[in-house]
Amino acid sequence: MNRRTPLTRWYGAGPLHLLALLASLALTGFAVQRLLAERPLAVAVWFVGAAVAHDLLLLPLYSLADLSARSVLRRRRGPAPAVPWINHLRVPALLSGLLLLVWFPLVLDLSVPYPGATGLSEGVYLGRWLAVTGALFGASALALALRLRRAGRSGPARGSGEDGGES
Amino acid sequence: MGRRGGGSPRSRPRPAADASRRLGRDAARAAARARTAAGARLSAVAARLSAVADRLRRAPAPPGPFRPGFWRSPIRGPWLTSVFGLVLLVGIPVLFVTGALSYAAYNPDLGPLNDQTPDKGWLGFYLFDWPTRPAWLYRLVQGVHVTLGVVLVPVLLAKLWSVIPKLFEWPPARSAAHALERLSLLMLVGGAVFEFATGILNIQLHYVFPGSFYTLHFYGAWVFIAAFAVHVALRLGRMVRALGSRSLLGELRTGLADTRPEPPDADGLVAVAPAPPTIARRGALALVGAGSLALFVVTAGQSIGGRLRATALLAPHNRAPADGPNGFQVNKTAAAVGITAAMVGPDWRLELHGAGPVRSFTREDLLAMAQHAARLPIACVEGWSTGDQHWSGLRLADLAALAGLPDAASVLVDSVQPPGPYASVVLRGNQIRDPRSLLALHVNGVDLALDHGYPARVIVPANPGVNNTKWVHRLTFRA
Repeated sequence: MNRRTPLTRWYGAGPLHLLALLASLALTGFAVQRLLAERPLAVAVWFVGAAVAHDLLLLPLYSLADLSARSVLRRRRGPAPAVPWINHLRVPALLSGLLLLVWFPLVLDLSVPYPGATGLSEGVYLGRWLAVTGALFGASALALALRLRRAGRSGPARGSGEDGGES
Repeated sequence: MGRRGGGSPRSRPRPAADASRRLGRDAARAAARARTAAGARLSAVAARLSAVADRLRRAPAPPGPFRPGFWRSPIRGPWLTSVFGLVLLVGIPVLFVTGALSYAAYNPDLGPLNDQTPDKGWLGFYLFDWPTRPAWLYRLVQGVHVTLGVVLVPVLLAKLWSVIPKLFEWPPARSAAHALERLSLLMLVGGAVFEFATGILNIQLHYVFPGSFYTLHFYGAWVFIAAFAVHVALRLGRMVRALGSRSLLGELRTGLADTRPEPPDADGLVAVAPAPPTIARRGALALVGAGSLALFVVTAGQSIGGRLRATALLAPHNRAPADGPNGFQVNKTAAAVGITAAMVGPDWRLELHGAGPVRSFTREDLLAMAQHAARLPIACVEGWSTGDQHWSGLRLADLAALAGLPDAASVLVDSVQPPGPYASVVLRGNQIRDPRSLLALHVNGVDLALDHGYPARVIVPANPGVNNTKWVHRLTFRA
């Protein structure tokens, strides 16, 4: 597809690639110029910071939390449970964290204008989030308990070593 | 786009010192020609930069995330990325179109009072006269925009997780094309997170972003969509091929025990040293789906209303501020914008400006005139809305005729509230002439409550809530 014209050799891709990107960046430039019209530094920090906050903060943090949970709980003494259990921790933790990530200003009472604007009090949200979180972990624990019981009933032959690889 | 053959091997190997010596010679000749010290300095800097770039290209990847063995998830791969990509390919354009419609709903071309982005230029090329039919139009558009935005958060996070090894590609730029594309990707990721963050903060009235929400979210959307469009154009083929590489039904039948990594890919998403799987691909999809579902459940009720409102456990307008006929959701209370009893007491008058002399009415005068009723919702840019309320009062069309301008092209509506955003708005002729457009005095059979705009407020079908001005004291009709 790439004939080695001087352009493709120097640029590293076909002319269509270059034109599409230049068109996109021209529109981006037009909008960025207006985006930065007032308080350019603060807006630029927010814009680039948005990418950095996700890629270099949020993602490493939740990855690290996952890895630590797995390694800490794997090394604990005693026989390993007879069913893979990590997802019983992961699922409620992720769902609860997701709800907090989206609704944290209300949950943590951070929105100063909220009561004045809506005529409602912010106070209800923390309790509700905690209740949802509790319900999620509770349901997950119940599901794990049922699975463990079923695994126990179908025979203790399933060794912990087999599941060690999965958890 | 062809494969770029892994960077350096194709370019002629040339020691860095040799290159810098040659460039130094070029630099010396240029300096002699120009006979300026500045030219020489510039050339020297260029030579040094080029030498650094050359050395960087040859250097081994730094340790940690830059090494291919670092990323170990056994389910990361082009197929999984493409599934998330496909959902966003449908969802993001819906967000963009509903957002653009919401902007049009403010009728920004009627002047600076309606427009927080007056220097938009041709970014407002598509603007049109916002209709008044169907009355639930804005309720639907904005409910979809906000709810879908919230629901897509886990999909966006999953998509970004699935491509994170690409952030740490080494060398950082293989060619000019690659560098340009990565600049565009910064706009894409920065734009996506910026748009989701500003939107989600705004619906919770947590105004920590640097500037007016309208300005930031509007221009940010154009930055994001420009990068999104070119990303789709460059990757659509790869996405379709990747989706065809595995069957969705097959994946949904594959449990943890049978989960294997995807075959190695040119983009380097598939781990070279995968860890044993702890979740099947169908498990990962289900988890993201469950996240979207959970967010939908705790959010959508504030836009659907009725008995479902209470299900929106974490949404800002999931309950009524009071009981009774005036017990529906409010955007700004009277106290919050500084309305005092004196402003709306017995001295309150409605001023009517138009073709003839200015006319002034007490509330009793207005109540003595022919009253009309309409069942209309309030729908806010923040995504929440009320069900239809039963409003009654004077038709804007009748008031236009009273002002001597029955065919008025627009009306400026002023509130008694102290100056601030949306203390005044302009409505268009089609909005004035809709028989359901009212200067309302009553709602649900009783006087308007102070928080709902007593003594009089505008209510226009399909109008964004903030343009339905409360505590109105002057209407200026214009030909």
